[in-house]
Amino acid sequence: MKQLLEHIRTDALAAFSAAGDAQALDALRVKYLGKKGELTALLKQMGRLSPEERPVMGQLANQVREALASALERRQRDLEAQALTARLTSEAVDVTIPGRPAVLGHRHPMYIALDEIKDIFVSMGFQVVDGPEVELAEYNFDKLNAEEGHPSRDWSDTFYFDTDSRVMLRSQTSPMQVRSMEVMPLPIRIIAPGRVYRKDEVDATHSPMFHQVEGMVIDKNVTMADLKGTLNLLAEQLFGKGTVTRFRPHHFPFTEPSCEMDVQCHKCGGAGCPTCKGEGWIELLGAGMIHPNVLRMAGIDPEIWSGWAFGMGLERTAMRRFKIADLRLIFENDMRFLEQF
Amino acid sequence: MNLSRKWLSEFVEIDAGDRDFAEAMTLSGSKVELTHDMGEEINNVVVGRILSMGRHPDSDHMWVCQVDVGKEEPVQIVTGAWNIHVGDLVPVALHKSTLPGGKRIEKGKLRGVLSNGMLCSLKELGLDERDFPYGVITAAALLNDYHPQTPGTTPDGDSGPIQVLSVQAVENAGGSLWSCVLSDGKGGSETVVTPCQNIHAGDLVAVHAQTRAICTLAGLHAEQREFPHCIPDGIFVLQEDCKPGDDIKTVTGQDDHVVEFEITPNRPDCLSVIGLAREVSATFDRPLRLHTPAVKGGGPGVLPELLDVETPAADLVPRYTARMVRNVKIAPSPKWMRERLRAMGVRPINNIVDITNYVMLEYGQPMHAFDYRYVKGGKIIVRRAEEGERLTTLDGKAHTLTASHLVIADETRAVGLAGIMGGENSEIVADTADVVFESACFDGTCIRKGALALGMRTEASAKFEKGLDPMNTLPAVERACELVELLGAGQVVDGVIDILNHVPQPTALKLEPEKINALLGTDVSENEMWTILQKLGFQIHRDRTVTVPSWRGDVKEMADLAEEVARFYGYNNIPTTLMRGETTLGGYSEQEKLEQKLGALCRACGCSEIITYSFLSPSAYDKIAMPAQDRRRNSLQILNPLGEDTSIMRTTTLPSMLEILTRNYNYRNKTAMLYEIGRIYFPGGRDGLANEAKVLSLGAYGPDMDFYALKGTVEALLTGLRAPALSFRTCSDNPSYHPGRCAAVWSGARCLGVMGQIHPLVAQNYGVDGELYCAELDFDALLAAKGPDPVYAPLPRFPSVQRDIAVVCGEAVQVGQLEECIRRGAKGLLKEVALFDIYRGQGIGAGKKSVAFNLTLRADDRSLTAAEADDDVNSILALLERELGAVLR
Repeated sequence: MKQLLEHIRTDALAAFSAAGDAQALDALRVKYLGKKGELTALLKQMGRLSPEERPVMGQLANQVREALASALERRQRDLEAQALTARLTSEAVDVTIPGRPAVLGHRHPMYIALDEIKDIFVSMGFQVVDGPEVELAEYNFDKLNAEEGHPSRDWSDTFYFDTDSRVMLRSQTSPMQVRSMEVMPLPIRIIAPGRVYRKDEVDATHSPMFHQVEGMVIDKNVTMADLKGTLNLLAEQLFGKGTVTRFRPHHFPFTEPSCEMDVQCHKCGGAGCPTCKGEGWIELLGAGMIHPNVLRMAGIDPEIWSGWAFGMGLERTAMRRFKIADLRLIFENDMRFLEQF
Repeated sequence: MNLSRKWLSEFVEIDAGDRDFAEAMTLSGSKVELTHDMGEEINNVVVGRILSMGRHPDSDHMWVCQVDVGKEEPVQIVTGAWNIHVGDLVPVALHKSTLPGGKRIEKGKLRGVLSNGMLCSLKELGLDERDFPYGVITAAALLNDYHPQTPGTTPDGDSGPIQVLSVQAVENAGGSLWSCVLSDGKGGSETVVTPCQNIHAGDLVAVHAQTRAICTLAGLHAEQREFPHCIPDGIFVLQEDCKPGDDIKTVTGQDDHVVEFEITPNRPDCLSVIGLAREVSATFDRPLRLHTPAVKGGGPGVLPELLDVETPAADLVPRYTARMVRNVKIAPSPKWMRERLRAMGVRPINNIVDITNYVMLEYGQPMHAFDYRYVKGGKIIVRRAEEGERLTTLDGKAHTLTASHLVIADETRAVGLAGIMGGENSEIVADTADVVFESACFDGTCIRKGALALGMRTEASAKFEKGLDPMNTLPAVERACELVELLGAGQVVDGVIDILNHVPQPTALKLEPEKINALLGTDVSENEMWTILQKLGFQIHRDRTVTVPSWRGDVKEMADLAEEVARFYGYNNIPTTLMRGETTLGGYSEQEKLEQKLGALCRACGCSEIITYSFLSPSAYDKIAMPAQDRRRNSLQILNPLGEDTSIMRTTTLPSMLEILTRNYNYRNKTAMLYEIGRIYFPGGRDGLANEAKVLSLGAYGPDMDFYALKGTVEALLTGLRAPALSFRTCSDNPSYHPGRCAAVWSGARCLGVMGQIHPLVAQNYGVDGELYCAELDFDALLAAKGPDPVYAPLPRFPSVQRDIAVVCGEAVQVGQLEECIRRGAKGLLKEVALFDIYRGQGIGAGKKSVAFNLTLRADDRSLTAAEADDDVNSILALLERELGAVLR
């Protein structure tokens, strides 16, 4: 009997190891451990043993059963692992095949630049305002202190809709300064982005329509030092920390003192190169302290309130930001261009 | 405004190099555009005198010259130019010299003969005939070897009667003229004076039988190729006061540096050497040396008897100042004057004209000189032109004037356009004897409008239109007369005519240092402010008032003084601070937020943003087949557009989108999906302005694009906005779109716009043979349709029952109708309807289709039984059959 048990154990263990898949292994389980299996059949013969032999054989038989059961389980796990490996191997993909495209559209670079500027100013408490593009010369010029005879009022520079030069396409976003002063309570902090129009033929740096963003602050005790501080912050946000700026005197009818802000050329670091036309600096925007006449005309007392304003071209800013060489690309809207942003 | 640094140094001495000079001036408010070193590229080029000339032994056209270049030994130079003669002074580029354009000259052999450099032409020095009018070269047609003839013969030909003569000797006859001794070979000899510079002894020339002039190519009606070496080009033969060895740059005036300034329109005073010198002096804190002109006078006659001036249009003539010069000798002006004019970009003409230009540049005061003999009656009248009055200006152009023009006239006719240009009829010419110098101040607006109307903005009008200082007319005319005497150009008559119609009152301002500091955010001392203002010519008084100088019409109040202080304190020395004060709540308007949201949704759907022009061509409406009576054809018209193509303000964005789609299509971009949130402009707004509305415009084409792809995008956008109750209704009457593939887009009872395939004929109008898809959604309607913020609805607690149904119906029945019927037919358990198949063909019957839906039924408070679900489905089927004739398949 003992021999038989040992024989079963040896046979079964060998058979388990040889089983190639789960199905074969299950058949072996039935064969050896099933109700009609070899081990069960052998145990049924236990009755024929002497009382002395019975416990010894019983113990041995249990050992064999446990050994077989655990071997079976081990083999089962091995087979499962093998099967999984085989499946995963067969499921492998060529990762270099292109993905099924989920097409995303692209923001126009001009608007990317504008979004950045808006974010900066909104976080400083500025409101974004919008106004008419077909505008009265009164707002575009008169109330901005650009008197009759100012060259930009010429028909060669500005688009008009009537022979009295009363209604025009705004040539700057600055009329929004006046419109805001007229309707908003003081103090005011606004930016006003939008389309503006000038009678320029299309070339690499000109377009009859382009975009500007106007900014204005009116409050008590506003100084030119504030203007410089805020615009320096803008330059750093747009062109990176440590961007060097300089302020130059300039002239605008609606600011006094007036200035232009330059940023140091990113290409040459100020040494002078073709990008900055050898100057080392690139003009970014015009600004100044709001002219007392402009405040007076809007009914604001310049003895109590002061303010500053700036205006910047957005296409030029975007072109600088993304190193776009030709303004015409901005309005051409070629997919191959748009997809780069 | 160009500024010669040599000229500037007469008024203020500055050591700074070009770069430092430019930077300092830019930062004090006179922006330097660029600085031009006139002779930057010219090195080791000197004056040489030709000592001898011999024919090159191995060439039929070259000369071997010995040239005195101011050294002990002459140098030998070979040249191919034929316009030089022994004794000529010429520019010599020596061994190892450089010329404009990066040209380098070294010694070398020309056909075996050593040449130690090169003789230069005007062009090779970077100059042209406008710089040195006498440098024009006239070439005679030399017959020589090219067309050998026997001297004395009179060849036949179509060139007229000419005689062939041989040149015996050539001698300079003064300036650019040459005297040639010609022989007919038979003992006959004659002397002919010619401007042709390429003639030498031994040459054969053709002489016109009657005029006895030596023929040029033109005179012979000959072609250049027949006379390859007789070209109107050659060496620049100097007529300057110079000697061998002199640096050519000092001779030609190319040793100057010219600074180009951008002067803002508020500073017409800086459009002059003196004005800029004042800024330079203040910027560098160096003394300004001004000069008061002194005139000796004493010319014959009494001014009031000779000249009378009337200014009937007194409002347009604040001041009119004039002096007279008699016995004028018209001649070229001296070299120093010509050089300065040239450096500033003004072409020298003759002494009198040059003096007016010189004074204009120096003082910023436009001057005019006219010939006294053409001032009829000795009377100058500054008046408005008569309607239709005609005048030919100095540039030879004839103008018909209107009453808005101001003219200088005598008793009978206009002799000049005031402040713009003189008249041809009173021009200074070679035999002008008496001259009137006019130095006037005219009304800026009048001059600007006049110049604009005639399309002739001149240097003078550009200055006048900015409003000039009336106090400047007298010093300017004095300076002109002083220069006349200095140049010996004529005799100045004593006395000045000076009509002052408007006496300007100097502006007096109070200096309030604390206000200036408060505006600038600085702490500049009162003393420093005084110093700055004083340097600029402001007069300071003990009571803290300042008198603004007459040339600073732009300074009117405290803010203007603040700018002056800031400019010289230094904008970059003003501290930088961040804003204090009441904090304000920044943010975006609802419109702005919707724009951002729509943009983000469009991009998430794969559309890229475009920017298109707001204007259109009037033909755009025809191109999109807009009906003739459509109200959108009434657009705002720009009266002065750049061109027809950009002359009206768009009332629809469709043409803009189609143009961009077409452009991408033509660039062979495979697919395009685009969007723009753009404005349209309708006449009839408040104050005569436009009603400006925004439109979300979508456009697409490509292999994956069809009606349903675009519809999916539109649905996604609207779902993203939570717009309720979306529906798409057939729209077959929009002529821009395919009549069978166009839908009106609705949210509830609100029409949002239109979408669909562009009509093939419209696409054809744009030259596109593929399918284009567009949508136009009204921005305000989208804003109104936008749904409220979401509120959480509890998730279902009980399972749903799914039922699929397929019904057969007529082709004309739309899926939308079936769906709507299904929703209505259900008895309250139906949660979702989803189309999953449309089948036509076998087993269905002609003109019919089978439409299959998946229905989701659910109750919120219990699990449904099959019977309950069936009840709803049966009700749905019954309604489908009753209303639409759709029966279960």
